[in-house]
Amino acid sequence: MQWEIVIGIETHAQLTTQSKIFSGSSIAYGAKPNTQANTVDLALPGVLPVLNKGAVERAIKLGLSVGAKINSPSIFARKNYFYPDLPKGYQISQYELPIVEGGCIKIQTGETEKTIHLTRAHLEEDAGKSLHEDFQGMSGIDLNRAGTPLLEIVTEPDMRSSTEAVVYAKTLHSLVRWIGICDGNMQEGSFRCDANVSVRPKGSETLGTRCEIKNLNSFRFLEKAIDFEARRQIEILEDGGSIRQETRLYDANKDETRSMRSKEDANDYRYFPDPDLLPLEIAESWVNQLNDALPELPEARRSRYMTDFGLSAYDATVLTSAREIAEYFENTLERLPGQAKLCANWIMGEISGRLNKDDTEITACPISPTQLAALLSRISDGTISGKAAKIVFESMWNGELDQNADAIIEAKGLKQISDDGAIEKMVDEVLAANAQQVADYRNGKEKAFNSLVGQVMKATKGKANPMQVNEILKKKLQT
Amino acid sequence: MTLSVNDVKRIADLACIETSESEAQATLGQLADIFKLIETMQVVDTSSVEPMSHAQDVVQRLREDKITESDQRDLYQSVAPQTEAGLYLVPKVIE
Repeated sequence: MQWEIVIGIETHAQLTTQSKIFSGSSIAYGAKPNTQANTVDLALPGVLPVLNKGAVERAIKLGLSVGAKINSPSIFARKNYFYPDLPKGYQISQYELPIVEGGCIKIQTGETEKTIHLTRAHLEEDAGKSLHEDFQGMSGIDLNRAGTPLLEIVTEPDMRSSTEAVVYAKTLHSLVRWIGICDGNMQEGSFRCDANVSVRPKGSETLGTRCEIKNLNSFRFLEKAIDFEARRQIEILEDGGSIRQETRLYDANKDETRSMRSKEDANDYRYFPDPDLLPLEIAESWVNQLNDALPELPEARRSRYMTDFGLSAYDATVLTSAREIAEYFENTLERLPGQAKLCANWIMGEISGRLNKDDTEITACPISPTQLAALLSRISDGTISGKAAKIVFESMWNGELDQNADAIIEAKGLKQISDDGAIEKMVDEVLAANAQQVADYRNGKEKAFNSLVGQVMKATKGKANPMQVNEILKKKLQT
Repeated sequence: MTLSVNDVKRIADLACIETSESEAQATLGQLADIFKLIETMQVVDTSSVEPMSHAQDVVQRLREDKITESDQRDLYQSVAPQTEAGLYLVPKVIE
């Protein structure tokens, strides 16, 4: 039987505020335990939560950028469960009337575009951290993270493969960074995905029983966990078994998922509106103001790059994968009008290759867009060959000669010989010395031509403009 | 709706509340009274009433996103039963 995999994703995006969602404590990462946990975060008696405007603002921005409905009023609810790193005994989250409802995200797999619908996005607080080692029979609790603002973004079960799931997660990751609401740091847990996976016979309309895989903190784990889980479910069903709805954990070391808890003995969260928080009303004027301030979104920019600059879907997708890359590209292109493809190739090739090698980001790129444009303009005006340009690039990267492309070209003697007279002289010499190949070419051996070009290039130490060599050689051989 | 004492024990278990036999019996009676109250209320036609999430007709005010708290760990931990290396210690719980 053929099986279809059905995937929905829940993402917890930590918001880029200064302070917590309901208190004035800092949310900076890496502080000493409990130095960023105040009375509200510790749930001391008599304290009250006060909602952070910055968190609400970021949720609205996400909603606007995915074309969702911004609910007003929106309601906060208590999700009750017992765990020591949740000192209140409940997490403040949203249940009915989440701040963001609906919307969609377009994803690009290869040349195919697909729309992933969002169910909702709601605001909630993170819990603290439990440390189970090191303390005999006891657990250590660090409440620095308690109260950190999260936006949980939930999709419909619209994805059909682990590849689509990863592309969705990457697209969302790039979007939240693009609009500046989340730093996307997966190592620090700022962007965490849970995947809901089920399988069904191909062609079936009803959804199979799903399992939720928790805390996938890299795109690779997301892909592997889904692949493993789908295989596991298919095996069970093919053996005549049935799937139990449960929460599972992915173990990266063993590359498998294992049961964490089944739905039957799951907590009943006893959601109810939090009496400590009033309904959140969001003025239309505020939403409009945020909408006006929103940057051009990656999707819009991607299609602009394709229509205005004639770039391929692939190039446009890579260049808009982060706002900083897109800015770098546009700043370079501004100084080199009409050379979009050349700029794209160099940014996606040399620049991104070197950034990867040095494990750094484009914001720390040692070559500025102006400097890159100066180099590329010397390729397009024929001063240097592409090969020589790579040598200049390397020198610029290493900070030689004030990263001045022209000075480096001069110092290294990389200028192409573009003087017709000089090239003609070389061509004449090569033709005279290679009578046999000339005869071969005239007898129809095309290969002999390439060999003659090679001879001329060699004679000029690779500095002759190959296009000109081609032209002049052809002209001479025809006479 | 009628509730059995086993239902009470099951709910208590899910809510992580320890209950003795006599407490479960007493709670059964109290819960039955509450159900009666709910039944009475459910007779009222509320189809045209918009649900409200809060008893007061006011809206949430927001605070500016500013760090207003400083580190007072020592003060807070002075009332904690047990701490170590800056952490609050609790009986081991692993899910």
